[in-house]
Amino acid sequence: MTAQGTPVLSLHGISKHFGAVSALTDIELDVHAGEVVALVGDNGAGKSTLVKILAGVHAPSAGRIAFQGREVTLPDPAAALSLGIATVFQDLALCENLDVVANIFLGRELSPYALDEVAMEIKAWTLLQELSARIPSLRETVASLSGGQRQTVAIARSLLLEPKLILLDEPTAALGVAQTAEVLDLIERVRDRGLGVLMISHNMEDVRAVADRIVVLRLGRNNGIFYPDASNHELVSAITGAGENAVSRRAARRSTRDSSLGETA
Amino acid sequence: MGDAKLVDRADERLKSAAGIGGAILAFLDRVRSGDLGSLPVIIGLIIICSVFQSLNTVFLSPSNIVNLLYDSSTIGVISLGIVCILMVGEIDLSVGSVSGFASALLGVLWVNTGIPVFLAIIAAILAGAVIGLFYAFLFNRFGMPSFVSTLAGLLAVLGLQLYLLGESGSINLPYGSPLVNLGQSLFVPPALAYLLGALAGLALFWRSWRTAARRRNANLSAQSLHILVGRAIVITVVLEAAVFYLNRGRGVPLMLVVFLALVVLLDYALTRTQWGRAVKAVGGNREAARRAGINVRRIYTSAFVLCAVFAAIGGVLSSARLASASQQAGTGDVNLDAIAAAVIGGTSLFGGRGNAYSALLGIIVIQAISSGLTLLDLSSSLRYMITGAVLAIAVIVDSLARRSRVSHGRA
Repeated sequence: MTAQGTPVLSLHGISKHFGAVSALTDIELDVHAGEVVALVGDNGAGKSTLVKILAGVHAPSAGRIAFQGREVTLPDPAAALSLGIATVFQDLALCENLDVVANIFLGRELSPYALDEVAMEIKAWTLLQELSARIPSLRETVASLSGGQRQTVAIARSLLLEPKLILLDEPTAALGVAQTAEVLDLIERVRDRGLGVLMISHNMEDVRAVADRIVVLRLGRNNGIFYPDASNHELVSAITGAGENAVSRRAARRSTRDSSLGETA
Repeated sequence: MGDAKLVDRADERLKSAAGIGGAILAFLDRVRSGDLGSLPVIIGLIIICSVFQSLNTVFLSPSNIVNLLYDSSTIGVISLGIVCILMVGEIDLSVGSVSGFASALLGVLWVNTGIPVFLAIIAAILAGAVIGLFYAFLFNRFGMPSFVSTLAGLLAVLGLQLYLLGESGSINLPYGSPLVNLGQSLFVPPALAYLLGALAGLALFWRSWRTAARRRNANLSAQSLHILVGRAIVITVVLEAAVFYLNRGRGVPLMLVVFLALVVLLDYALTRTQWGRAVKAVGGNREAARRAGINVRRIYTSAFVLCAVFAAIGGVLSSARLASASQQAGTGDVNLDAIAAAVIGGTSLFGGRGNAYSALLGIIVIQAISSGLTLLDLSSSLRYMITGAVLAIAVIVDSLARRSRVSHGRA
């Protein structure tokens, strides 16, 4: 799928240093409306750092961010949220001492001077039902929920604001089989509503299933853009930086063993 | 019951808790998992009252209770501020000094300078707000731990108080003035007190009934009318009985009503406004609150300022109670009493957990112990030891309950 027009999000030369360490160097990235871009890379490639910059958690050391064609700065999370960038963090950033409804509406409660708990609870149920979520009670504190349930709450929260761009940091990492499928469906639904989606994942199957483009980061730099029809071998080489690596060696070992088994049979 | 159709009761894993029996079971379940609420403090209060009553029958007499509640009102207001600051997981150790400083400022401005009393009160409260702002600046700008900055503030503000009072060391507030009357002899007319009690019960019922009706319309589970009526009746009866008992003594002190009004106000702010939600979120998980777009610094600032403002109001009330502004005001055990009251009442030292009513319950416990020991004519050395032990027990209960909540998934 090719998307036209100005990208929702466009990054130019984004760098981020933590002391002497360059977590990101000269990152270029475009996300269009109605497009799912997957951000893949090995551990320490800088994926989460990039997401945190876009969410306003970290400030970039250098580079330009354009949102819907206008250059913007993201000094804090509130700025990112008000532009329409919603983020689901890997460390889920929920308040364990608050209940599900309070967490979903945190920072944007209905009628601030006389909280409308009933309306918030109804809206929370609607959102969670759209996600086919299985959460028994919204009036229990988040501390009592499982990892997958918390993920669902976090995603529900990101959708509340009707954002233009959703950042998902490992959305399926903590989820079971059915819930993973639900989240992938959800990502497609979000894309079909015309939102841009940037998702980080280690799971190549998930990435291939929903992504329109796959952007590879390696050691904090761009290392190629692929499409879902790219072979696993190509992707893994880009991620690890060489044709010869632990993954390919392993694959080679298995194929020789399979073929030798085939000969003896 | 048709429960299966309710939106929030649809999941088969939910244990259904319908009716009065169900409500009691759910309550026991909560307590067992460490969500103790006000239970320990109420049990503690009953034990304390029975012990002191058996040692000295004056203890539960109406006149002693009236005095006890009078004294509770001043430090109780300071303790409300402690609730605010503990909710965000910080502490203010200087509330005693701030209250003493506020009373000194009131005395100097009103009695020595002749400024109208209400302006002097406003000035004292504003001075408290400025001190709170300064703590918030130190905390937000330099990341200075609040227990250090406020410990420094304890000394510095005490110095200011002594400086203001100067050579004389004490300023007498004029007897017969409205402020001193409020602190010593103003009581709510009996009929009005009964009416207020009834109105409180009615308001409670009306609010919960409206919520229940809206929930039922939205196809959510709602409490049954029986429970709502029952609870409203119990609370009204308790309030009216208290009013009846106090009226057999001197009556319901107006200052107590001021304190209770502040408690209700703070409770509303903490539970029913966006600000209160943000305060809890910051106390529970600061980073999560920040990522949700909450201006965390502003929340900390509001908590520090509110704490110092409540301390200043408490200082004004206690100077009215004593009819003087002296060097001793706000010193001694005021600090610890105010902090202990909030913790004993069930506000957690770890942040994110607590309510305004904990200040009310906790200060009554502290004052009951203090009054009982005074009646027994025990020395202040023993009083300090016993109050210290009670505070230690309260913190232990808080820590144990927290651990239990974590293991029961209720942290």
